[in-house]
Amino acid sequence: MLPGMIVDVQADVLGNRALSAEYNVVTLAAPAIAAAARPGQFVMVKTKPGLEPLLRRPFSIFEIVRGADGTPLGISILNKRIGIGTGQLFDAREGDRLGVLGPLGQPWPLVEAPTRAWMVAGGVGLAPFATLTEALSAQGVPLTLFYGARRGEDLYYAEWFAERGVDLVLATEDGSRGTHGRITLPLEAALRDTAAEAPVAIYCCGPTPMMQAVAERAAAAGREAWVSLEQVMGCGMGGCYSCVVPVKTADGGSHFVRSCTNGPVFAASTLQWEGLAHHG
Amino acid sequence: MVDFTTPLGPLTLANPLMAASGCFGYGVEYKDALDLSQLGAVVVKGLFMTEREGHAPPRIVETPGGMLNAIGLQGIGVHRFVKERLPELRALGATTIVNVCGVTLDEYVEVCKVLSDHEGVAGIELNISCPNIKEGGIQFGCSLPGTHDVVSAVRKATNLPIMPKLTPNVTDVASFARAAEEAGADAISLVNTFLAMAIDVETRKPKLTNVMGGLSGPAIRPIAVRMTYECRQAVKIPIVGMGGIANAADVLEFMLAGANAVQIGTANFADPFIWSTVMADLEAYCTRHGITRLADLVGGVDIPKKKAAPAPACRPS
Repeated sequence: MLPGMIVDVQADVLGNRALSAEYNVVTLAAPAIAAAARPGQFVMVKTKPGLEPLLRRPFSIFEIVRGADGTPLGISILNKRIGIGTGQLFDAREGDRLGVLGPLGQPWPLVEAPTRAWMVAGGVGLAPFATLTEALSAQGVPLTLFYGARRGEDLYYAEWFAERGVDLVLATEDGSRGTHGRITLPLEAALRDTAAEAPVAIYCCGPTPMMQAVAERAAAAGREAWVSLEQVMGCGMGGCYSCVVPVKTADGGSHFVRSCTNGPVFAASTLQWEGLAHHG
Repeated sequence: MVDFTTPLGPLTLANPLMAASGCFGYGVEYKDALDLSQLGAVVVKGLFMTEREGHAPPRIVETPGGMLNAIGLQGIGVHRFVKERLPELRALGATTIVNVCGVTLDEYVEVCKVLSDHEGVAGIELNISCPNIKEGGIQFGCSLPGTHDVVSAVRKATNLPIMPKLTPNVTDVASFARAAEEAGADAISLVNTFLAMAIDVETRKPKLTNVMGGLSGPAIRPIAVRMTYECRQAVKIPIVGMGGIANAADVLEFMLAGANAVQIGTANFADPFIWSTVMADLEAYCTRHGITRLADLVGGVDIPKKKAAPAPACRPS
């Protein structure tokens, strides 16, 4: 397959592992998408055949599933049950077939060593960081994962990252694991404690208020930051113009761009955060 | 081999499937997935003279068997389109029909003049039916004199084929088809979306920032088929039918009702590869029914002679 090609695969569900009553990981047989995907890209999944719901749902590609010889066999999706589509994906059964369209969207820009990469994840916002970890650790980039959740038991896959040499900084709102409070607290401390001349790039995905807070702190510290946005999407291909987000314009105003084709990854400094928070 | 050639007034399309305006960006968005030259035509997103921002999100919401949209005709304007998109569409071999919008009658004329000066535009679809903008558009499409005036003004300004896109948000769509035909339209397309609304009962707020939006998808299909049938009885010019088409049977239903060609919109969101599936299924249908030329089916609905089609319940006096 040519790079940049988009395919629709009728993918067998290879497995569905519930992590909790809300979270699960679904593994899908989609070798063509797995081979072409770059870190941070997404797929549009038809979570059930028929008209309910009518549209596909966008999901970050979580892991690339490989065979013993490293051949890409499929992808996994980290899902949180919220609405109809995510509920259907939560209930997917081994042997079901789901339409998976991708890979779609702009990937994470990849920094090079000695720049350090700080990944900042909130909840299901962990999803785009597994592929980023593989790509950056292969280049020898030192990695830290700032990972926040409501409770300690919601910090899924922390060990997956630790096993790959990622430094973990955890925070929970109930204080049951890591720092008591939001993940921005240890992030602020790390920004303060890191010498200005030490190059650091920040990658962030989570709820919009969290991403806005991270973007503001990164900007204040003079650090480059990228965020991966999650918007309601109709098609994922740039056809419908429903997933727009406001970016800053040179005249101090803002302009709507499609998060499916211009994003989902954006340089945090290019976004008009007030508008995004209001309509996100 | 089935002949899919689709005569459409001055145009001849390779097949009857068009990508519907507003559902396919400017066409080039799909070049990594599809061979655009395989589509009957690509109808690009509506264009005004200048760029437009559109409405604040959320712009879409799903409803049973359908969806509401209030995009608000965000777009790059005709000048950027002819510079930045049209050359690529030509290179990709797309048959490009441009959806033209206007706040005023003059704007429709000016946009069409710009398009007439550039190679690569096969035809114009006049958007007099978008339910999501405050000024222009549907104001023309909801008034018989307005429809007549826009079509005849554009008729004088361009030699390109013109196809007004009619709104279903009127009492008697066939009278608008006649107004368009009398004003010199080469074809008509219908239907645009149905003005609609959805409310979140927990927050008591409308689900769309714009409050109202246009309903599309399979939910509207039987109404659109009925309107296509009514227009077929009213005019001689070709009809491009649309409204919830999601498979080959739906295409055939519109053609039997009187559509010469069809547009697929919402279903393309869920399946951007729908085009090849529908073409294969159309071919299988024709083979099964011994049809050598698909166009022979147009208007072929078999209505028992004794039972005349019932008159619409509501007609303007």
